[in-house]
Amino acid sequence: MSDSTTIAGGELAEAKEAMVGEHAAHPAYQRHHFESVAQQFDATNFAMWIFLLTEVMFFGGLFTSYLVMRNWYYSAFVEGSHHLSIFWGTTNTAVLITSSFTMAMGVWCAQTRRKAALVLCLSLTFFLGLVFLCIKGIEWHGEWVDQHVPGLRFSQADFINPALDQDIYKEYHDRPLTGGMASKTEEYFFLYFAMTGMHALHMVVGIGILVFMLFRATKGAYTDGHFTFVENFGLYWHFVDIIWIFLFPLLYLVSRHA
Amino acid sequence: MSATIVSLPDQSTARIPKLNFLSKENGLLSWLLTSDHKRIATLYLISITFFFFIGGALAALVRMELLTPQSDLMAADTYNKVFSMHGLIMVFFFLVPSIPATLGNFLMPMMVGAKDLALPKINLLSWYLYVLGGCLMIYTMCAGGVDTGWTFTTPLSTHYLNTNVVPAVLAVFVAGFSSILTGLNFIVTIHKMRCPGMTWFRLPLFVWSNYAASILMVLGTPVLAITLVLVGLERVVHIGVFDPAYGGDPLLFQHLFWFYSHPAVYIMILPGFGVISEVISTFSRKRVFGYTAVAFSSVAIAVFGFFVWAHHMFVMGISNYAALVFSLLTMLVAVPSAIKIFNWSFTLYKGSITFETPMLYSLGFMGLFTIGGMTGVFLGSTGTDIHLTETYFVVAHFHFVMVGGMLMAFLSGIHFWWPKWTGRMYPEKLSQFAAVTTYIGFNLTFFPQFILGMLGMPRRYAAYPPEFQVLNVFSTAGATVLGVGYLLPILYLTWSLKYGEIAGSNPWQATGLEWQVQSPPLTENFPEIPIMDHEAYDYEWLERQQAKEVASVG
Repeated sequence: MSDSTTIAGGELAEAKEAMVGEHAAHPAYQRHHFESVAQQFDATNFAMWIFLLTEVMFFGGLFTSYLVMRNWYYSAFVEGSHHLSIFWGTTNTAVLITSSFTMAMGVWCAQTRRKAALVLCLSLTFFLGLVFLCIKGIEWHGEWVDQHVPGLRFSQADFINPALDQDIYKEYHDRPLTGGMASKTEEYFFLYFAMTGMHALHMVVGIGILVFMLFRATKGAYTDGHFTFVENFGLYWHFVDIIWIFLFPLLYLVSRHA
Repeated sequence: MSATIVSLPDQSTARIPKLNFLSKENGLLSWLLTSDHKRIATLYLISITFFFFIGGALAALVRMELLTPQSDLMAADTYNKVFSMHGLIMVFFFLVPSIPATLGNFLMPMMVGAKDLALPKINLLSWYLYVLGGCLMIYTMCAGGVDTGWTFTTPLSTHYLNTNVVPAVLAVFVAGFSSILTGLNFIVTIHKMRCPGMTWFRLPLFVWSNYAASILMVLGTPVLAITLVLVGLERVVHIGVFDPAYGGDPLLFQHLFWFYSHPAVYIMILPGFGVISEVISTFSRKRVFGYTAVAFSSVAIAVFGFFVWAHHMFVMGISNYAALVFSLLTMLVAVPSAIKIFNWSFTLYKGSITFETPMLYSLGFMGLFTIGGMTGVFLGSTGTDIHLTETYFVVAHFHFVMVGGMLMAFLSGIHFWWPKWTGRMYPEKLSQFAAVTTYIGFNLTFFPQFILGMLGMPRRYAAYPPEFQVLNVFSTAGATVLGVGYLLPILYLTWSLKYGEIAGSNPWQATGLEWQVQSPPLTENFPEIPIMDHEAYDYEWLERQQAKEVASVG
């Protein structure tokens, strides 16, 4: 039923070394209700994929709302996106992709039982995750200063009279939006905060789990042949990364193709 | 009703097995920290019964108010809160978790031949999330309730009301995650935990239908979750994508909400189908007719179920072409549902039918669900829907499916597996009486509502024109009978925990793996992992098994 070949690098043989306790045939980390380590790995890994499927549907609702609003208020979305910083957005994309690389290396280190390297990779991932959040914080602060926070501190002035913000005006030469459309930039920023906020929330959860894993990895966990947790967390981390890969063009690069 | 297949052990010598999942450990903590799927199912059973009780009391209040045409028992806005809370509690805290979280949790591992669900701790977490959501819902009620209806319609919920929308939304959000985790656990268990020899087409149909429901839970519920987050945000910051005052789209909310909430009705009914398949087969002593068709019809309902949501929106301004397509797709769902009803009927044909309590409930289900399903086709036709939408016809339709269907199936299942769960039988005559009472009370309550709806009585109002009173009095009288029908099982099932006859391992002579082990089962279900060497519902296999046992004992 379960396919032992799905465990990388002949782990079964290695798992046998870890045999301890009264069940001579089972390594200590095999839970009582599984028939074999392979089945345990298969089941938890499959569960993680299903969980990511639910996450896709969760963000799907946000993307659908974005799609409808963007179709209705395209020019407001263009103007709104001009007020985001492409520099910070691109930097953050690079930071996050790099963190996915270090995470993938971390999974490899766990599989090949390199404890020091695993700790290093997890630390780097943790650090890059924090850098991402800090940059996001800088951007959000900028939006607060510019009065672009919907519902709490919002002004349409920048969109009715684009020349107010000379830096952006020099670059894009935006024409003023009419009153009706200018108010719709608030919808853009509402979705911007909802989407990046939900993404950041997933980052915070991920960083929390990273701290937990770092703590355990320094004590030798995950490098004893039982690396399921690291591998499944890796899937989660890559997923959060992929969400950002979609958010970046949708929010920052609305009119770039023209 | 003289013939019966019940075979109980000799009561003078029979004992409940000393070691079982109930007796293994004692103390509150052994329950609160358990990872045993059977104990978690028990926790769920107690909690959903509690919420059913609250939801039922609210329903009683609604029916009492509607006894007279004037709004005299309570003020109109109190009435709005009462029916909203009734809907929210019954949908999210009773119907959605009813069969999957109780019977499903209890049976799934045993039916696939495993020691536990794939993720026992996640299973416990799901119960805690349910309890947390439940507490938030009770807080909502204590703080003054919410009067949006169970649908949270925007911009009513985000703009115009000053009731407790945010706590209610939060409660449903949290409870939604408990349902996601249950569905996830089932899918993984069915894929990865089947015992040797248990191929997909040897699985009991209960597993198939819960598998289909799990797919809906996993794919649909997250969409509801994000929709409710957006409703909450819109309410807090007063800007959002649903309120037309800011350029938002209320139809977008309807699309997102019904994208979950239509599949949700299949989440509620599919596990019920599973129970009916087991019960009908056992009490007709026949393999379910067209096993493969019944199995695939569950999956078909899950697939089609995702493409019919806009039939809730025919009068809301969706385009005529969209209405046409969704109307057609809606009627397509009737096909797999009908396949099931026909196959159960053919299972009965030339079967050796006996009428024990679970069978009575199941037969009741078949009748009531057929009416509920057929009236759904009326509502799925755009022409009739324009006349019937938002009337009591709709209320009667979904109560026939949810209460006449799901609740009958739930009670059928509880009565069917009660001996396995507790090791004891309940009083047979009394439970048969309860089943018949429920059936009569149900019809008396909800059939008049079809007529009321045809005559044009709108739903969700405390007052109505005096000419509708006679039918409303019938309905309220029926609700009283129905109340007795639901109270009885709570009483005699509790009684049976201590005084019921010892059931033995297989009182119904059923073929499922769960019936081949002791009742109540061991914590690890099977002394050793079974090997499945026969088809599901193979009664000849069961006879050979028993002959072997007699021979070896003799």
